[in-house]
Amino acid sequence: MSILLDVQNLKVAFPNRDGDYVEAVRGVSFALGRERLGIVGESGSGKSQTGRAILGLTAPQARVSADRLTFDGIDLLKASPAERRALRGARIGMVLQDPKYSLNPVMNVGNQIVEALQAHRKVGDREAREQALAMLAAVQIDRPARVFDLYPHEVSGGMGQRVMIAMMLIAEPDLLIADEPTSALDVTVQLQVLSILDRLVAERGMGLIFISHDLRLVSSFCDRVLVMYAGRVVEEIAAADLGAAQHAYTRGLLSCLPRLGEHRHPLPVLSRDPEWAR
Amino acid sequence: MTALFTDRPGGRTSVRLRRFAGALGRFLGAVVLTYLGLLAVTFFIGRVIPIDPVLAIVGDRAPEHVIQRVREELGLNLPLWKQFVIYLGKVLQGDFGTSVLSSNPVMQDIRRVFPATLELATLGTVIGAGIGIPLGVWAAVRRGGIADQLVRVMALIGYSVPIFWLGLMALVVFYARLGWVGGPGRIDVVYEYTVTPWSGIMLLDTAIAGEWEAFANALSHLILPASLLGYFSMAYISRMTRSFMLNELAQEYIVTARAKGLSESRIIWRHALRNAAVPLVTVVALSYAGLLEGSVLTETVFAWPGLGLYITNSLQNADMNAVLGGTIVVGSVFIGLNLLSDLLYRTLDPRTRAR
Repeated sequence: MSILLDVQNLKVAFPNRDGDYVEAVRGVSFALGRERLGIVGESGSGKSQTGRAILGLTAPQARVSADRLTFDGIDLLKASPAERRALRGARIGMVLQDPKYSLNPVMNVGNQIVEALQAHRKVGDREAREQALAMLAAVQIDRPARVFDLYPHEVSGGMGQRVMIAMMLIAEPDLLIADEPTSALDVTVQLQVLSILDRLVAERGMGLIFISHDLRLVSSFCDRVLVMYAGRVVEEIAAADLGAAQHAYTRGLLSCLPRLGEHRHPLPVLSRDPEWAR
Repeated sequence: MTALFTDRPGGRTSVRLRRFAGALGRFLGAVVLTYLGLLAVTFFIGRVIPIDPVLAIVGDRAPEHVIQRVREELGLNLPLWKQFVIYLGKVLQGDFGTSVLSSNPVMQDIRRVFPATLELATLGTVIGAGIGIPLGVWAAVRRGGIADQLVRVMALIGYSVPIFWLGLMALVVFYARLGWVGGPGRIDVVYEYTVTPWSGIMLLDTAIAGEWEAFANALSHLILPASLLGYFSMAYISRMTRSFMLNELAQEYIVTARAKGLSESRIIWRHALRNAAVPLVTVVALSYAGLLEGSVLTETVFAWPGLGLYITNSLQNADMNAVLGGTIVVGSVFIGLNLLSDLLYRTLDPRTRAR
């Protein structure tokens, strides 16, 4: 499989009040083809910052460094802001967590999709509208023409997230980073949105980085899983082999998952060893 | 909201129309109530202040029967509620009584002074918002940069330097020394009677009459006080714009816009400012209303025959009809601008549209 994204020793550090830098991501390495990679970890483990660093959306005061950070042969660290912007949306898309906050409240959803397309393609308004409607249909929205004119507060969470997916896929990127795309949704809607995402990623042969804290979701949905702890990858494992995970942290996460009919007293608690963060 | 999706096609329009009518009804009700409140307050102020309107007319040496007659003519012997009803009726017809000071109907005086203030306040607000908003945006985008410092210093000066001092200094420099602008007053005496005061707004009247020389002269008189007021509102508006923009730029939808690969200018102007515009409407409207009240100090320094000067003069001369008339105008300005900003809210923010 050809390598789409190559990340070697990625570090992201934020300045604190004293001017020292605190590392949120501390040397993450992985390579990605056109496959589905899951990144799991608890809050603050650096999984989201890893995704944002790839897109070039890290806050300006932060420091990003890596031995290698290439996308399809393009050195992202050496690329100019304009070059990185040209990649965003067009070749790398990102789905954010909560459509309530991640859609512009004063612009109707159709125009937000159109805008994503017109940022990268010279497409007339009418043609762009047609494509946006087709994209809305592709994310299984029933009456696209009607939904096109709705504002974000007028759509449900599940529909909002489908709009978000439509917006990020309309320019046909090669890689999609989904940052907790279903965490803000009702459980019943989660599966629906995931299956749409799954189908589109498969149809278009895209690479996918699926960031989540839901281990079970990731293992059923991805080919490979990175387990992150305190800014580092502690284990990389094929999703199918997750049950045979070696690392104590991964096993701890797994044993947190409840099973029907199981009695557990006391509840298992995640153990954390400062050694893992070394 | 589910109903929006399940109802028959076309149902949405009629639902929207009905909701709009309801909102309009509620809104008009609120306006009427606010007006009643305003008039009640002005009425009772007129009754409780220790100025006898009869004495103000007849003088304090008039014989008792004259005082009594005038009192009855003014309706002051009637019960208070009856007086209020009569007062309401008169005000609704635009009758604010006669000014003791000018012996004109107060309405006529206000027609003369209000356009002067309107012209000054409008240009002041155009300058204040026209420069203040872009400056505030710039300050927010380049946080900690030159523009940010400039906005900070400007706002500091705006808050701390008295306007009359700055006005006098501006007159000394730009009028007396450099001769770049016209001095006090609205227009040079030469042009004073060449133009018929159709609207009372000098720029409009001279433009309609095609008297471009007079127009230029009026503008040269207007520009300095308007810039001065504009400076103060700019100081405020730019600070507020900055803080609204900082708030919007930190929102998640900005991350989305970046992830889509939009240009920075589109993100700033079309996404962030478009959202910041909603609270900005209130800020600009309030600042405009503040200027429309008439700024006594500026009007005094520039000998500008506006509302602020009129109300202050009337107050000092116990000319209560004029004061109350002026107060009603100021109140109406506030109500009107509230109405306007409400309408703007509805156009700018889909979430506030009839629910």
